[in-house]
Formats: sequence, C-alpha cells, structure tokens
Amino acid sequence: MSKPLLELICPAGSLPALKAAVDHGADGVYLGLKDNTNARNFSGLNFDAKALAEGVRYAHAKNRKVLMALNTYPQPATLKRWQQAVDTAATAGLDAIILADPGLMAYAMKTHPHLRLHLSVQGSATNYEAINFYHEHFGIQRAVVPRVLSLPQVENVVQHTPVEIELFGFGGLCVMVEGRCLLSSYACGDSPNTFGACSPGHAVRWQQTPTGMETRLNGVLIDRYADHEKAGYPTLCKGRFEVQGETYYALEEPTSLNTLEMLPEMHRIGIAAIKIEGRQRSPAYVAQVTQVWRAAIDAVKRNPATFKPQPAWLTQLDKVSEGSMHTLGAYYRPWK
Amino acid sequence: MTSPIKLALGPLLYYWPRDTVLSFYEQAASWAVDTVYLGETVCSRRHELRLDDWLYLAEMLSAAGKKVVLSTQTLIESESDLKALRKVVDNGPFRVEANEFGAVRLLFEAGMAFVAGPALNVYNPDTLALLASWGAVRWVPPVEMPRTMLAAMPIPAGMETEVFAYGRLPLAFSSRCFTARHYNLQKDSCQFRCIDHPEGLLMNTREGEGFLTINGTQTQSGKVHTLAQHLGELAGTPVAALRLSPQAQHMAEVVATFRDVLDGILSAAQVAAHLQPLLPAPACDGYWLGKAGLDLTSV
Repeated sequence: MSKPLLELICPAGSLPALKAAVDHGADGVYLGLKDNTNARNFSGLNFDAKALAEGVRYAHAKNRKVLMALNTYPQPATLKRWQQAVDTAATAGLDAIILADPGLMAYAMKTHPHLRLHLSVQGSATNYEAINFYHEHFGIQRAVVPRVLSLPQVENVVQHTPVEIELFGFGGLCVMVEGRCLLSSYACGDSPNTFGACSPGHAVRWQQTPTGMETRLNGVLIDRYADHEKAGYPTLCKGRFEVQGETYYALEEPTSLNTLEMLPEMHRIGIAAIKIEGRQRSPAYVAQVTQVWRAAIDAVKRNPATFKPQPAWLTQLDKVSEGSMHTLGAYYRPWK
Repeated sequence: MTSPIKLALGPLLYYWPRDTVLSFYEQAASWAVDTVYLGETVCSRRHELRLDDWLYLAEMLSAAGKKVVLSTQTLIESESDLKALRKVVDNGPFRVEANEFGAVRLLFEAGMAFVAGPALNVYNPDTLALLASWGAVRWVPPVEMPRTMLAAMPIPAGMETEVFAYGRLPLAFSSRCFTARHYNLQKDSCQFRCIDHPEGLLMNTREGEGFLTINGTQTQSGKVHTLAQHLGELAGTPVAALRLSPQAQHMAEVVATFRDVLDGILSAAQVAAHLQPLLPAPACDGYWLGKAGLDLTSV
C-alpha cells in the first residue's frame, strides 16, 4: 500500500468543532478525552463517551478518520486511567491513537493489536533512529515531528524511515521541542507532560495597573502591555523579559505557524499529513482554517509547480491566528 | 556514618573555554564523586572539546577511580548529529547516557548497557521496565518528578536511580539558539557567544525577578535547584545517586557539602547556612515537593 500524501488532519476540541472540520474538508480529525490523558487538558474542552460515539459516527459516515491523542505521560498512581483510555479508543472504533509514552505503546500493542498507533509530537522524536526504534518495537505507523527541524532535515528523515511523517502546518507554535519543555511546571507546577497543559488557565491572572495591563502565571510577570497594545494570553515562552538590560521577546514573539507557502516542498518530499493546531480554538476557527487548507492542498496536488498561496487564503488565516503574525518556524533555517 | 548514596557529577551544560574545562575535570578527579558524566549535550556547534578530548578526560578520570559515562546530545536533528552520536556509542570502553531515543536504538542494537538520561521522559513503571529490557542499568527521572511519584515507582532489579540534586535545572530544549537571538545573530553564524556566559544569561521578568537562564538552545531555571536540605527524605525512595550539575563557581565545596550531609558530618540544620554562600543564584526545591519548580519550600 502506498503512503498517503498530504492528508489534512484538523483539531476537534468539541463535537461542533469536529463537525466543522469534517464539513469543511478535513481528511481526519484528532481529539482527546476530558482529562489529563491528552495535551489540551482545558476545562470545557474535549470528549466524553457520548460525544466520542457521535463524533466517530459523524466522521465515519463521511469516510473521514478520527484519531485520539493520548499523548501525555502516565504516572504510577494513575497508569490505569491511561490504559482505560486506550481501551475506550479501541472500543469506540478510532482509526488511530497518538501516543508519546513507550509503556502505553506496549500496552496498546499487546491489548489491541489491530489498533493503529501514531507517535505524538510529545514523544520528541526528531531523527529517524528514534522514529525507527518506535516502529520496530511498537509498530508505530506515523510520527508527528516536533516543530524544530528544517525542511531539508525533515526530508532526510522521510528518506530513512518506513514510518509516515506528519508535520504541523498551521496554528500555535511551540518554540521548544515538544515533550522536552518543563517551563510551565517550573513556573506553576503543571506541565504538558503530566498535566496536559502549558500555562494553564487556573494559574493565569490579568491585572490592570497604573503601568499597564499585567499578565501573570502563578505570580510570575509574563508581560506588561501599554494601553495601545493588545494583551495576549500569558503563554510563558511568548512574554517579554529583560536580558542584560534589554527587554524583548527573549524566547519567541506571540506568533503562529503558517507553512502554506511550503506546501509544494512538503508535497515533493512526501509528507503524509499536515496537522492543524488548535483543539482549544472555536468551531469557527476550525471551519475557516480547514476550508483554506483543503483548497490549498487540493491546488498543490493538482499542480505543485504552479502553486501559489492565494491572497484570499492568507487574509482568511490572518483573521484567525494568534497575535496576527506568521512565521515559517524552524522549517525555514534562519528562524533558528 | 557513611551513606551508601553516591554522588555523580552531571554533564557540563555550559560552553567553557577548553583550558577551563580541562582544569575543571583535573580538579574533579579528587572530589568525592563516584561517577562523572562527560560530553556535549546541548549544542553540536560547540567545539572547544572534540570527542578525542572528552575521551582523554575519560581516561584521566577513570585512572583516578571514577566511573565515567559519556552523555549524548539531547536534540539530534541532522545527519551530522547522528554521525557524532554513533561515534559516542562506538567509543569502546565507556558507558553511555542516552538522552533521546535515537541513542537508545543504537545502544540497544549494540547490546550495550546504558544510562537512561533525564530527557527520556520516564514517568511510570511500565516505561522504566521497558528501558531495563533494552539495557538501561541506571535512570535519571525527569527533573520535575516529585518525591512521592518516585517513591511509588517499582524499580526493576539491577536498576539504579539517580536524581538531579544540584544546579540550574535543564528545563527546555529548542533548535533555536536564544543566546544568538539575544545578540541578533543567526545560529549558523552565532560567533559562539555562549562562551562569554559561563553560567548562562539570566532572563529577568519585567519587574526584575530572575526567572530563567538562557544557555544557547537550552533554557534553564533562573534559580539553583538543591536537594541538600532534603537528603533525610531519601529513605523510602529508590535513590542511589545524586546528580550535581557543574556550575562555574564553588563546585568542589558543593560536592564536599553534599557528601558531608549524606555522611552525617553536617546536620540538616547546618546545611542551608553552609550552602548559602556557595549558591550562584537563589535556591529552589519545589519540584521535589510536587510544587512549582521555582518554589523554595525549606529554608
């Protein structure tokens, strides 16, 4: 069987978002359960058993795939809950589960041998030796690569592995290697690895002060905004800090990833799927972004040589992105 | 009473001039550390020491009675990174610490016993058992793992546990170099500016609180994590060794202090006052108690 090429995988933080993705042309959606077994553990988000059943029914009726992210790291006291989540996915007829923890992969492989496994970006596999290891030991069939490789580096990975490679194409941007970032737990006790969220809402405070709007994470000042500036969510790697007397975005600007212009190159090197970030975003966001990326992927598949991102697409994406700034991220080497 | 708990000198996370590094390890040969980790784990562009130099130090420390472990790079991106990794794995006599799963694959295929480094994200017994089956004989839990979680971990037979007990915490890794970014340089032409910052660059909040430390592609804590005040709480945990992460100042005294506390020469009440003048930044210990890493729970 030949590998898929440029499948469009869209975020579903809720049933309405799942339907929006399916209706606007996603080849697959990814979702999580309502707890810390996935890396978007935010209140009001994600799926219970009933919504999951309805979501799978809706997507499968239109011949689209449903993937479940179980991509946080199980801990000794609660290991069972992660295993039960794997069982839930298998029973609900999910098309694949997205895992980061080797122990959980072993459980899934043994208990549900026909369940397709994907390696999560949280597994931090950035080279083919690592990806092939997961393939050999757990039969991983697809790997989502952290947003730290340049496109030539990704191409080298693709050439040296039988595993399908999925890349982030659009949405929030981690500047750190996913799964290798504890900044959030250092500041507030909860990290993506164990708690399933970065800079979680319960630790966030917004406060208007005489010197401007301050955003804090567990008391740590992440940024301060003058009256003419738009205050952003205090994701701690995207605040302004002072280094040697200079105050600036020391780690990363509040920007989001947009790789639309790289689609022909991703097509050429054989990327199996493009992932859109944003399970925490609204169904309207999912609809807009899915629609644009569907059109763009169809266009690049028709004729990669003449592909050019259409201004209307970029306008539509600009409207929904965080901070309304775009970057090619690490795919474009000078970003590093 | 002498404690069976051993001390380990973790890999040097900063970029120091060659002579500084050589002299640091010549001194370390006489310190009360059982194990010394060597090698560049942060950035492949750093070149003051090549693998041959690290192997020279490994021989020297080995002759001084230390167990030597060669640490691998945490972020392996390119074919040349893999080439460097294969050379470390093929070094011959010395044990290797795997800091990502590419290294685990190579060590497993070579049938070599190895140390599972702190970046492998081992949070549960199933994964730890797998690592043991692949050849791990020592593991370093993620630096954020609290004492309670560690105490709840069944440890496979023959597996030693080493916890990160002193130093600025390695918290995050990126392909972007934040030191180069600070100097408005691109990583590929970074001028190796991190060599000017032997303990990294402090990143303050806008109200002057030392929050994080920039160390090239690595982001560390602004504070110095220390378990010196918690060594009495190691009973009931599997901890067999403590990792002390090299800082530019006072490492000899820090090693001696930890040894003295373990052996009961310094009491728990004395340790804070003893350690205070040795710390290059304020102390923290929150992770050990399951709190925010920057918290200080004991004084």
